[in-house]
Amino acid sequence: MRQTEVCIIGGGPAGLTAALKAAGLGAEVTLIDRNDYLGGQLIKQTHRFFGSKEQRASERGINIARELAEAVEKEDKITVLTKAAALSYYKDGVVMVKQNERIIKIKPQKLIVATGGSEKNLMFPNNDLPGVYGAGAVQTLVNVYGVKPGRKVLMVGAGNIGVIVSYQLLQAGVDVVGIIEAAPKIGAYWVHASKVVRAGVPIYASHTIKRAWGEKEVAGATIMKLDEKWQPVPGTEKELDVDVICLSVGLSPLTELLWQAGCKMEFIPELGGHVPVRNEDLETSQPGIYIAGDAAGIEEASAAMMEGALAGLNAAEAMGYKVSDFKEQKEVVMKELNGLRSGPVGEKIRKGLAKAIS
Amino acid sequence: MRVNEHPILNFEKGNKVMFYYNGQQLEGFTGETIAAALHANGVRAMRESIHLHRPRGLFCNIGNCSSCLMMVNGKPNVRVCVEKLEEGMMVETQQGKGELK
Amino acid sequence: MLAQTGVPKLEDLAGVMPSEERLAQGPVAMAECFQNIPCDPCYHSCRRQAIQPFADINDRPQINHDNCNGCGICLSRCPGMAIFIIDQTYSENESLVKMPYEYLPLPLEKDSVVAVNRAGEAVGEAKVVKVQSNEKLEGTSIVWLAVPNELTMEVRHFKLKEVR
Repeated sequence: MRQTEVCIIGGGPAGLTAALKAAGLGAEVTLIDRNDYLGGQLIKQTHRFFGSKEQRASERGINIARELAEAVEKEDKITVLTKAAALSYYKDGVVMVKQNERIIKIKPQKLIVATGGSEKNLMFPNNDLPGVYGAGAVQTLVNVYGVKPGRKVLMVGAGNIGVIVSYQLLQAGVDVVGIIEAAPKIGAYWVHASKVVRAGVPIYASHTIKRAWGEKEVAGATIMKLDEKWQPVPGTEKELDVDVICLSVGLSPLTELLWQAGCKMEFIPELGGHVPVRNEDLETSQPGIYIAGDAAGIEEASAAMMEGALAGLNAAEAMGYKVSDFKEQKEVVMKELNGLRSGPVGEKIRKGLAKAIS
Repeated sequence: MRVNEHPILNFEKGNKVMFYYNGQQLEGFTGETIAAALHANGVRAMRESIHLHRPRGLFCNIGNCSSCLMMVNGKPNVRVCVEKLEEGMMVETQQGKGELK
Repeated sequence: MLAQTGVPKLEDLAGVMPSEERLAQGPVAMAECFQNIPCDPCYHSCRRQAIQPFADINDRPQINHDNCNGCGICLSRCPGMAIFIIDQTYSENESLVKMPYEYLPLPLEKDSVVAVNRAGEAVGEAKVVKVQSNEKLEGTSIVWLAVPNELTMEVRHFKLKEVR
């Protein structure tokens, strides 16, 4: 059995910053990730980030991932286990991890779950055909491996992910035929939308996908208009010649370990589904178990980094590590987080968090 | 199909390797996943659904969803979206739930 | 409408456009940022304090066009690629529009390209005057297009005529 002061599950933006902050206070940290690299989904974010200077605005996600991973690997207080999947959490506080076909048992004093999210699917006939992908899946294929998913893409969902992945497909030389959005308004930041539209990709608000076509693979799609009540308008069907359908219809928090740990969970649609109830310090109803990033509620990577910082600080402080400027450090992070969520685009998150914080 | 040039990224390919997809010899690179190598060769169907035998492809591509399970070197239920390609790998379409021998 | 199509309307643009007098004096930045989102790198990038301080990170950039000399630093830092430099003094019949560009292949100087508007429609021809691309720009090239004067406020993108 391995003993550790703070165990962090997930080496994405939230987990990496949590590790750096906890170690910064003096805690001994074990960071585990199921992949053979650190950085999580940041490693495919080629666009420049929004946010503030502290959140590294204007830098590309791929560069932020590299720098955070390097900082973590340089930190003596952090032990990194990659290719290590957390399988389960037991009543006696033991985390079971599989690494290189071997089982490792880890007994942490504090646990931070930063497992991220998974892409949602959408119901329509033939949605199981090869060629229907999550938008993030295509982003991985194109930006990590340099491989194209097909020739012509229909993007379903005009939130930030849908619009950003559309842009990145264009950059890789893949044609995007259009972006459809069931809501009457584009959910993505309008500047993202404008840059794909001027590059020749139309966005159709109040549209849905009726079905995909094809025998063995996607060979086309039918889209149609929705009325104010979100009902399909007969006669508005349009056939599109596409071989790829990308779904960017939201993410769900990956919370299996938190369920196992007996954390109090709440269904909060604004945060992407079932999420753990937490206090202001990001501690769940199970004392000593903290959350950060998309596992705590679906948000942007900038917010995940700030939540990671907060969870790392709080977990280390709860371990008994004190630094003179703890209060200031925490205030800076809180201020950053509040800034990200304070504007009109943060309304949904604010509503969700109001229900999640007890 | 591979991305030939990119304004932001440099793709560093590993060593060229041969592998087999349902007996057919294909080319790929070390460092990439089996799923990426198959896509580069135009193969997008990964497995068959258990009851209706419908072709299934990649969905999440990061090891969450199990849409891409294949037989690799005789071992069933391998998530080819996260399993890295190796020289001489035998990759096969999986039928049914996959049985451990 | 912008929220439905991603294409800003004339009234949106009117609120961010430099005055006729300022445009007549030479290069100036125009920030086509119409939504309150948490983002402020443009403000931090400006060395002339022409972009007003943000009281809240969700504020939209307010450019004091009289303090702006059109240097273009903000253009390369904007994550939304929403800032353009306009120079109406380029020549008698043509204006310069400098825009961020993150696609390959890059155009060559003196190329004639298809001028494209905010809706992605071809609206005429433009000539490539300069292509700035270096390590400091980190993948965001800046393309200087000479466009007919009447298209200065239309052209925000371009397409290569043939793929070389």
